[in-house]
Amino acid sequence: MPKWFTPAAILCGLMFIISPVLIARAPDEAAMGMVYKIYYYHMPSAWMFLLAPLVCGVSSALFLARGRGEDDRRAWAAAELTVLFGALTLITGPLWARRAWGTWWVWDARLTSSLVGWMIGWAYLILRRYGGPGSDKLAAGVALFGAVNVPFIFISVNYWRTIHPPTTIVPRLPVDMGVPLWFCVFAFLLLFILLMTMRLRLEVARTRLDALYVALDE
Amino acid sequence: MTPGTAARPPATPFWRTVWTVLRKDLTVEMRSGEIAYTTLFFAASCVLIFAFALVKEGKAPEGGAAGILWIAILFAGTLALGRAFERERQAETLRALLLAPVPRPAIYVGKLLGIVALLVAAEAVLLPLVDFLFTARLFVHPFWLAGIVVTCTVGLASVGTLFAAMLVRTRSRDMLLPVLLYPIVVPVIIAGVQGTAALAQPAFDEALVRFWLLLLVTFDIVFVVLALWTFEAVMSD
Repeated sequence: MPKWFTPAAILCGLMFIISPVLIARAPDEAAMGMVYKIYYYHMPSAWMFLLAPLVCGVSSALFLARGRGEDDRRAWAAAELTVLFGALTLITGPLWARRAWGTWWVWDARLTSSLVGWMIGWAYLILRRYGGPGSDKLAAGVALFGAVNVPFIFISVNYWRTIHPPTTIVPRLPVDMGVPLWFCVFAFLLLFILLMTMRLRLEVARTRLDALYVALDE
Repeated sequence: MTPGTAARPPATPFWRTVWTVLRKDLTVEMRSGEIAYTTLFFAASCVLIFAFALVKEGKAPEGGAAGILWIAILFAGTLALGRAFERERQAETLRALLLAPVPRPAIYVGKLLGIVALLVAAEAVLLPLVDFLFTARLFVHPFWLAGIVVTCTVGLASVGTLFAAMLVRTRSRDMLLPVLLYPIVVPVIIAGVQGTAALAQPAFDEALVRFWLLLLVTFDIVFVVLALWTFEAVMSD
């Protein structure tokens, strides 16, 4: 594991311990009161949910172009993070929506495209698991389509009539709401990097082990 | 002529390759009728099951026809896509096709046009059937309907052709094709359903139909460009 990993993991843990305190101290929103505070975890996880398929798609494109195993491993790790952060987003979102909109789910463009992105992440993992030999390149093809969906998720909220808050809301937040939000964004980003590093390390170890088995057989 | 190039046959131009692959697929299909008949029968069965289940006392559920039409096309399309490449595998012609000195994207485009032609032929029968069973008023604006149907079919087939080709050498291809295809084409199907439903409305909203059509054209362009690049990279082994 790289030298920076342990201090970064401790820092990430501390950030997640401190974040509820900051969120609790942030002022209540005028219309929704305290309920809106789930937003401090929902939005950062949603951003990581957008970042992960982009990393997966770019790594897959590189893998298809250069054929290097490290790109493929990064794509696989990012696909798993897509599913993980997608699950967090799709759990925290409805919790907020139930109180804010009075319903768990609406079939608007943002929610539907997010669900589609999450399903593409699952499709990638299912293909890797059950596709057999050669599924790495096939999965790379799936990842490219998953990455194309990301800009669609992002802009959908600005182009369709929807009750989901638009992307323009973040820069307009007052300072006492913005500070905890950006704190949580960095905590989630650090978590993303740490999980990615751990997952990549596992995959490198697995590749080495496979090579050793092959060498032993020969 | 320089040494080394003498043995290599000249590369066939792109569109001639497309036409050759398309003509080959259509000729095989005209002789056997296998995909056309099975796809059409399967799609019509789906529509009939929905009609039995949903049409009560001669009244169809409001706005349901568009969804049922596209579900039937999606299911039938999956069947056709799987079979189109399975045939190449069984005859062991896929390798020959890929070894031919032709641009790989041209093979993809030829295959794609063949699938689109088959699906459009099936839709020509399905549309009147759905219109009749669900009293849907689909043919009030035939040109808009043709635009929506063709663009949605191209969107579905562009991704489907790529994945069917990619999966042809995979063990569990029949199981994996819908798993990979459906999440990616869901936005296309949604746009197709919404566009078709907008056409069937008593008060015709041209701006709304144009919006869905433009969205479908955007999906088609993005998916075809991406598939052309991916096909070349993925089928290189």
